[in-house]
Amino acid sequence: MAARVKQLVSHLSQPINMSAESWQSVPLAPPDSIFKLTATYKADSFANKINLGVGAYRDDDNKPWVLPVVKKAEQKLLSTPNIDHEYLPITGLPEFTGAAAKLILGSDSPAIAEGRVTSVQTISGTGANHLGALFVARFYTWGGNKQVFLSDPTWVNHFAIFKNVGVEPLTYPYYNPATIGLDFDGLVASLTSAPPRSIYLLHACAHNPTGVDPTKEQWGKIADVMLDKGHYAFFDCAYQGFASGDLDGDAWAVREFVRRGVSLLVCQSFAKNAGLYGERVGALHVVSPDKGTADRVKSQLSVLQRSEISNPPTYGARIVSMILNDPSMFGEWKRDIVTMSGRIIEMRKQLFQLLTVELKTPGNWDHIVNQIGMFSFTGVTPDQSKALTEKAHVYLTVNGRISMAGLNTHNIRYFAESLDKAVRGTL
Amino acid sequence: MLAAAAARRTTTKCALRSLSTWSAVPAGPPDPILGVTEAFKADKDPRKINLGVGAYRDGKGKPYVLSSVKKAEDLIASSHPDKEYLPITGLPEFTKNAAKLAYGADSVPLKEGSIAVTQSISGTGALRIGGAFLARHYPNAKTIFLPSPSWGNHTPIFRDSGLEVKQYRYFDKSTVGLDFEGLKADLKAAPEGSIVLLHACAHNPTGIDPTQEQWKQISDIVQEKKLFPFFDMAYQGFASGSTSRDAFALRHFVSQGHQVALAQSFAKNMGLYGERVGAFSLTTADPAEKARVDSQLKIVIRPMYSNPPMHGALIANGILSDPTLYSEWEGEVKGMAERIIAMREKLYTTLNDLNTPGEWGHIKSQIGMFSFTGLTTPQTKALAEKAHIYMTADGRISMAGLNAGNIEYFAEGVSAAVKGNL
Repeated sequence: MAARVKQLVSHLSQPINMSAESWQSVPLAPPDSIFKLTATYKADSFANKINLGVGAYRDDDNKPWVLPVVKKAEQKLLSTPNIDHEYLPITGLPEFTGAAAKLILGSDSPAIAEGRVTSVQTISGTGANHLGALFVARFYTWGGNKQVFLSDPTWVNHFAIFKNVGVEPLTYPYYNPATIGLDFDGLVASLTSAPPRSIYLLHACAHNPTGVDPTKEQWGKIADVMLDKGHYAFFDCAYQGFASGDLDGDAWAVREFVRRGVSLLVCQSFAKNAGLYGERVGALHVVSPDKGTADRVKSQLSVLQRSEISNPPTYGARIVSMILNDPSMFGEWKRDIVTMSGRIIEMRKQLFQLLTVELKTPGNWDHIVNQIGMFSFTGVTPDQSKALTEKAHVYLTVNGRISMAGLNTHNIRYFAESLDKAVRGTL
Repeated sequence: MLAAAAARRTTTKCALRSLSTWSAVPAGPPDPILGVTEAFKADKDPRKINLGVGAYRDGKGKPYVLSSVKKAEDLIASSHPDKEYLPITGLPEFTKNAAKLAYGADSVPLKEGSIAVTQSISGTGALRIGGAFLARHYPNAKTIFLPSPSWGNHTPIFRDSGLEVKQYRYFDKSTVGLDFEGLKADLKAAPEGSIVLLHACAHNPTGIDPTQEQWKQISDIVQEKKLFPFFDMAYQGFASGSTSRDAFALRHFVSQGHQVALAQSFAKNMGLYGERVGAFSLTTADPAEKARVDSQLKIVIRPMYSNPPMHGALIANGILSDPTLYSEWEGEVKGMAERIIAMREKLYTTLNDLNTPGEWGHIKSQIGMFSFTGLTTPQTKALAEKAHIYMTADGRISMAGLNAGNIEYFAEGVSAAVKGNL
């Protein structure tokens, strides 16, 4: 009885939050820089504000664009009798991964024909990068430290992705601010002096954030050195089709490296080229020297995937699978891609025209038309970037990167004039 | 000629170099649960039954797309949403509604705005986010105690997150019931501040749940030893047919003042399996702490997959936020739970009619999608090989895979396996 009373008293006198110490010391993390930019933009009430931050395509009215072929695929899915929401296999929808592999490696790829390609559906490009990074962290035959070479600069999330799995990110020279172009000599020097069998992250096309891609000849030389040193190519391909408007053309570097026999994997995203951003559609393809190895690689990737997500999401993969496997839809998709890349190329031309012919903005602006893909490294300094945001309500990342997709016929003049003032220091 | 020879040499050199990259990668084991479905698919026998993975099947053995889900999907389509990225922590209305479903609208921390919640890649993703968050930020021993047995994937999830995995007694083989004394003893013996994983309802794989009275005792021990409760709720609504009843344990702990972590899945109760809809949440001291925790959840998620898939979350939210659809959904969940309960009754009766040796009451008393039959691994193997009946090696069956068309054949198979004459 006394014990019971004691227990009751103890219960009654417990404060409501009696175990509230668990998260006391959790520090506030800085917000993701790119998403933060968009948040600030959204909160801005300035009428002529422009968002050139996150790399999501916008149409000429600055609206998100759901590709017509995607809408068609969705209609078909919705009206498919007996369609269910069952689990996909761990490595994803086979019709999707098979077609996705052909898309990047070529439908006549000998690697695919020989069964040497392991394909796993992932949570878009980030998921593919993460799974690829995790796989190398676990299974790569490291000579010394677990480290990867990333281009300077690269997509900001690459650093976090590799650190997160215990691989130290180092950098290799890539961008030359003086020429606003590729520091090819620096890149080759890095490849040559790196320890043998180092892992290099390469952007397959439309380099993010610079928009500067190696030429075919330069890719050839990179492959030479990589073969000589036994380096591993960790390709990130988030913009196939977006760079030039041609899917096969944009896959050239990856296919060439496969042909040359460079050890490689490729991370693939359908966020941009299919406009499927939030549906999270992507894949990781690891190319092995033989089928037996590819099968073992698949089994291990499955183990890694199972303990993180079990299996990937169906919806987006079904859409892409339909598009890739239906010849007429595939043709339509190619046209939709040309619409997007075409509009961006047109914006590049118009911006170049405004800056060089009309405003005669100081400096060389050739890079605006020479750079490729969704982004452009304008060459403005961090201070000029900040001024553009704070004074002109033009939102871009501090490194001077602009998303060309955020420009349109309605705002391009205001942007050009603001950029001009920023460069002249008269904002 | 020389050029060709040189080319051949270069090719050999390349081939040798690429040969070395993954040549040491060993073959990974097939997944013990998902591997069952693979084996089932490969079997050509028309009598085959898949009782492996926990996916609900209707009375005809077909996947069941809930009417409320179909309606929600149609509504979404007609609203023509864009495909823009969700925030890192997912669709805000969805996470709010998911938390409300789990904790109850009257929940104190919910009303205070101190629950940090993020959308996740279904239940697996929620557990993984939780594991990673705890490994990084939990201020006490980074050890998690799992019930023995537990869902097979729990161990790799938590180990890969960086936590040490230990066990507490749960299943009593001799009674085919809960080893409550063992459970209490092991929790009392756990180092202070350890993390303890609790299946909120419909324990997987055993189907054995503590009673409400037993939950209260568990809560007291957890309080006494300052253990950290991590709830895995993958079957809310599925166990008893009532979503609020199935949330009893979670809500009781929260009302007692525990800080909890919760992994929620909508795979089973909304039939959204492959769309990967889930949520991970933590109760915190106040909105300011919630904001800090929220910022750190984003740090965990961003380098893994940036932001979650939208389609399933739109469907789930479509249901949770619409009173008519919500009500229809509740009815459908009840329907699924009731069919399973009916199958339990039928199986029990049939096994007894066949004079199957042993006591089979546990089939009826167990709760949720799974039943721990008590069959041994060799028996389950024999059932697969001889009778084309597939279940996981631990003798767990998914009740949802049984129906009027196959339950007799199944019972006969079990009876033969137990008697040893398959």
